[in-house]
Amino acid sequence: MTSSGVGLKFIATPLHTGSTGSRALGVLTLLAVGALLLFALVLSPPEISQGDAVRLFYVHVPSAIVSLYVAFGITLLGSVIYLRKQSVFWDLMAGAAAEVGVVFLGFTLLSGMLWGKPTWGTYWQWDPRQTSTAVSFVLYLGYLAVRKLDMDPTARSRRAAFLGIVSFFNLFIVRFSVQWWRGLHQGTTLNPLDMQMANIMLFTFFLGLLTMTLIFFWLLLHRFRVAWLEHQLAEISLEAAIAERRDEDDPGSSPALAAKGIS
Amino acid sequence: MWSDARLIAAKDLRIEMVSRVLTTQVLPFGLLVLIVFGFAISPDRQVVGGGRGDQTRAVLEQIAPGLFWLAVLFSTLLAIGHSFAVEAADGNLDALRMAGLDPAGIFIGKAAAVLAQLLVLELVLGVGALVFYGAPLANPVLLLLTMIVATIGIATAGILHAALAAGLRVRDTLVPLLLLPVLAPVLLGATLATEAALFGPASDGWPWFYGLAAFAVLYVGAGILAFGSLLEET
Repeated sequence: MTSSGVGLKFIATPLHTGSTGSRALGVLTLLAVGALLLFALVLSPPEISQGDAVRLFYVHVPSAIVSLYVAFGITLLGSVIYLRKQSVFWDLMAGAAAEVGVVFLGFTLLSGMLWGKPTWGTYWQWDPRQTSTAVSFVLYLGYLAVRKLDMDPTARSRRAAFLGIVSFFNLFIVRFSVQWWRGLHQGTTLNPLDMQMANIMLFTFFLGLLTMTLIFFWLLLHRFRVAWLEHQLAEISLEAAIAERRDEDDPGSSPALAAKGIS
Repeated sequence: MWSDARLIAAKDLRIEMVSRVLTTQVLPFGLLVLIVFGFAISPDRQVVGGGRGDQTRAVLEQIAPGLFWLAVLFSTLLAIGHSFAVEAADGNLDALRMAGLDPAGIFIGKAAAVLAQLLVLELVLGVGALVFYGAPLANPVLLLLTMIVATIGIATAGILHAALAAGLRVRDTLVPLLLLPVLAPVLLGATLATEAALFGPASDGWPWFYGLAAFAVLYVGAGILAFGSLLEET
């Protein structure tokens, strides 16, 4: 593939999804998960007003940050580069990032609802962040639906890249308008970002952010490699099919096909 | 760009004059939506105050602005779908490009034609909502301006996202999925501005009007810049 463009080819080189680098990343991720479990569930104290529900916050907020900013940011970046350079690498990277990002955003919604039940007394509070996250979730489901369209791959990639850019801006339009809307109707509710945090809680939060980031990149790497191998396979099958047609035509040497430049 | 836009808009409106899809299908559908909302919510349900004064209001009257804009959004999906259905046959979109028309012109023309049709639809549905739901009308100017800027946003975002699904078998199911989350902010802003226009005070509505105007400007700009690259392939 000549189209990977930047010096990131090592990401796409192996013929399977695992490599020394990804295994090292996997081990590091597992260690971080272990440390996070220790700090979040054992070493850090319950919070004054939320009690043990605060422990959800160590995975809830990091997964929101990773999906909205890191994952969809990569999708934006990949889409822009694809439109400028037609790089298959970045097209697939944008798609893989959005896919993993949607999973993280779904987890954000779920953990947010689980946090809301003991804290707000209800799973769904129409909190501005909660509401705009739900709309963003559907926005990127739409992006993934476009990536799955049954059509010419180049045209599909271009449409997806366009949507990958527009959706990132829509994220902010949605967030801004929903916040403005809810701001009119209610005072401040108890919000995960407003609370006073002891040092160990702050540390645990950053550990959570690190862990979620590691998990994200581990998943991204593997998702991307699967997409990349699928792409290679499609190219190989195409070349094989073309070669087969050539062999068919050779003995007869049809002048009609030769004139069209097919044989 | 502008003369091409005029050509396209005139073409689409001429097709509508002949086929009457808006008046015989989309418009009755919109009115039907307004009526079934009445079934779903019940005209007898009352609410005291509801945030505005002490008098008892029918729930339907209270939420008339939101129901009106929902009916408009649902009808929009049909109107936008139809706007691209007329181009689907015989590779019409490619033909438009090969005729040398400016893609930005095609975008503005198609959006303008949808805008004109939606404004007519909103006028009828608006009267319908006032009649069915019995809402007052405190500030017609705000209402009219809100309708215009909100509909520019709806038409341009609609054409832009419908172009993503142009020429595909799944168009009818894909466009609502793509478009509704994008238009959610418009639904919010238009509903709140309309609430202010109906029940007052109008000063609550103007900030939302400006927000809707900003959305419209963003999408007109995005369409002019990007429509060409969306049409290029197919």
